[in-house]
Amino acid sequence: MNSIEVKNLTKKFGDFVSVDNISFNVKQAEIFGFLGANGAGKSTTIRMLCGILEPTFGDAVVGGCSVAKNPDSVKQNIGYMSQRFSLYNDLAVGENLDFFGGVYGLSNQKLNERKKWVLKIANLEGKENLLTGSLPGGIKQRLALGAAVIHQPDIVFLDEPTSGVDPISRRNFWELINELSSEGTTVFVTTHYLEEAEFCNNIILIDAGRLIAEGNPKQLKTDYLKNSIYEIESDRVIEALELLEKQNFVVETSIFGNNIHISVEEKFNDLSRINKLCEEGGITIKRINKIVPTLEDVFIHLLGNEKIL
Amino acid sequence: MKTIIHIIRKEFLQFKRDPKMFGIILIAPIIQLIFLGYAATLDLNTVHTIFYDQDKTTTSRNFIEEFKSSGFFQIDHYADNYEDVQTYIEKGKSLVAIVIPKDFEKKINRRETAQLQAIFNGSDGNSASIAAGYIAAITTTFSKQIVKDFIDVSGRKISTVGKISAEARVWYNPELKTRNFMVPAIVGLLVSIVTLILTSLAVVKEKEIGTLEQLIVTPIKPLQLIIGKLVPFLILGFVSVTIVIVAMNIIFGIHVRGSVVFLFFSSFLYILSTLGLGLFVSTVSKTQQQAMMIAIFAVMMPMIYLSGFAFPVENMPTIIQYISYAIPLKYFITIIRGVILKGNGFVQHWFDATMLLAMGILILFFSALRFRKRLE
Repeated sequence: MNSIEVKNLTKKFGDFVSVDNISFNVKQAEIFGFLGANGAGKSTTIRMLCGILEPTFGDAVVGGCSVAKNPDSVKQNIGYMSQRFSLYNDLAVGENLDFFGGVYGLSNQKLNERKKWVLKIANLEGKENLLTGSLPGGIKQRLALGAAVIHQPDIVFLDEPTSGVDPISRRNFWELINELSSEGTTVFVTTHYLEEAEFCNNIILIDAGRLIAEGNPKQLKTDYLKNSIYEIESDRVIEALELLEKQNFVVETSIFGNNIHISVEEKFNDLSRINKLCEEGGITIKRINKIVPTLEDVFIHLLGNEKIL
Repeated sequence: MKTIIHIIRKEFLQFKRDPKMFGIILIAPIIQLIFLGYAATLDLNTVHTIFYDQDKTTTSRNFIEEFKSSGFFQIDHYADNYEDVQTYIEKGKSLVAIVIPKDFEKKINRRETAQLQAIFNGSDGNSASIAAGYIAAITTTFSKQIVKDFIDVSGRKISTVGKISAEARVWYNPELKTRNFMVPAIVGLLVSIVTLILTSLAVVKEKEIGTLEQLIVTPIKPLQLIIGKLVPFLILGFVSVTIVIVAMNIIFGIHVRGSVVFLFFSSFLYILSTLGLGLFVSTVSKTQQQAMMIAIFAVMMPMIYLSGFAFPVENMPTIIQYISYAIPLKYFITIIRGVILKGNGFVQHWFDATMLLAMGILILFFSALRFRKRLE
């Protein structure tokens, strides 16, 4: 069953096409990754799916309601958490939850029940009188997620929920996302961290408002990247990169810390040639091996090609 | 309805957390009242004066005595030369220098017209013209006395020439105190500050910290949000009106002669406009600083100058008078002064009240429309 069905969704601002005719489906209870560079049209798409922004063309059915025809009913069925912390810092934890619970029309009994749950997942049991602004970042993030789903929506939209949060908090946060999904909530998440994208059941990638890739992480790595990826560790990274870039068997190069990833034509498997080339250039290669591509390799490949086009 | 109450409750919880806000709402009105009540006075009670008596005769001394006994003039110095006069005026020590020429007594005795020179420090034009009025009055009295004395001395039976004596009675403000004119108007000023500036700040604050984005995705409707955001400030507006009226009575003894109910009703009508303007400011500002600047310099200041708060609208050039018809504060201040000082009510001020209502609805409607559009 699909939670979200997007069909030919388009948004134009004057002559500028922000979202260009995209279509995709999101299944119920899945974690759906929505990726793209800044300015690719992610926020515009999310705003349309939340019923805040009217599509110029096309439609999306979110939780059974059309965003074009019935944007107000969409709002009751969804939760939304933005990248900026958007609870009231000058209210106590409990007061924030009372407010958002109240706005979604929860009964007192239901509200108390849900408040307990939110306090539990945010590790704030018994601390509901603390001022929200005084909480550490990771806790705030969990509290914000809790507040976003206080009315138990079918679908929750998370817009870069983990930006600016430390790695441990991020891991905890993703555990929470998994928990929500296992309880049947559809999680629609945007992120810039590609290792987080690996946790998603399905992913779409958009660029310049157009959908350029979709599938689960495994499919993306195999379907969209036919080339083999080699990881090379050397003492002079930049020089090695410049040298290899010029070779005609090399399709793409990129730097990953001290390593270079090169993507080469599928039939190429002559590692000694790389070694030899580098030696001639006075570069010592410490290690070279073929690797399973990461999502980052895939996206650099996809977005790089787009830019050339 | 429930949603609106949730928003209002949240708004009040936020006031509670912000003691500075409380200061603005509760303390600022009283401080303003005291400052404006005591400081904003155009009355001239003491005229600093120097005399340069070149004549040095009984008549000239009698003339100076008249000034001393009037109670308005304080004689700082008796000058011996013009340099002295110049120094005192230049340094701003004296407002006026009165020069009595050498042949003052002689001319009077010869029944000629004696000249008198009064030099003013015109940099404070208002005080100078008031002082000139005092001097003219004293001089006139003195002249009459000379005529009377002459008649008495000559023993001729001449009936005094018929004259008109205007007996001035000042209603509503018998002592002609600037304070009685200014203090009631402060009600208008404070209500504007509390409702207009604080409203725009409160809305922009939500925009700035990102909570507005969160509110938009909830089922709250724009109209509910607007009402929920504005009602708390309407209430605060009433609170500050009450504070000012009570403080005005306690500190300055000025009490409301007319209907308090009508005063509050007019405040409500006026607040519709200021809330609308506050909402409008919030739609054109991105940050709280911007909102503050726009609210003060683009809205409040022109409104105060054109409202007749300090300068009577009737004295302004015609075109500016026309502009002032579009200033809600003008009507409100007219009502406040009327109700507090004259004891007027709806009968005298139905036009002002109707204008306030019309402008309030208009401003609020368009601001709300603009705010709604901006949300999307």
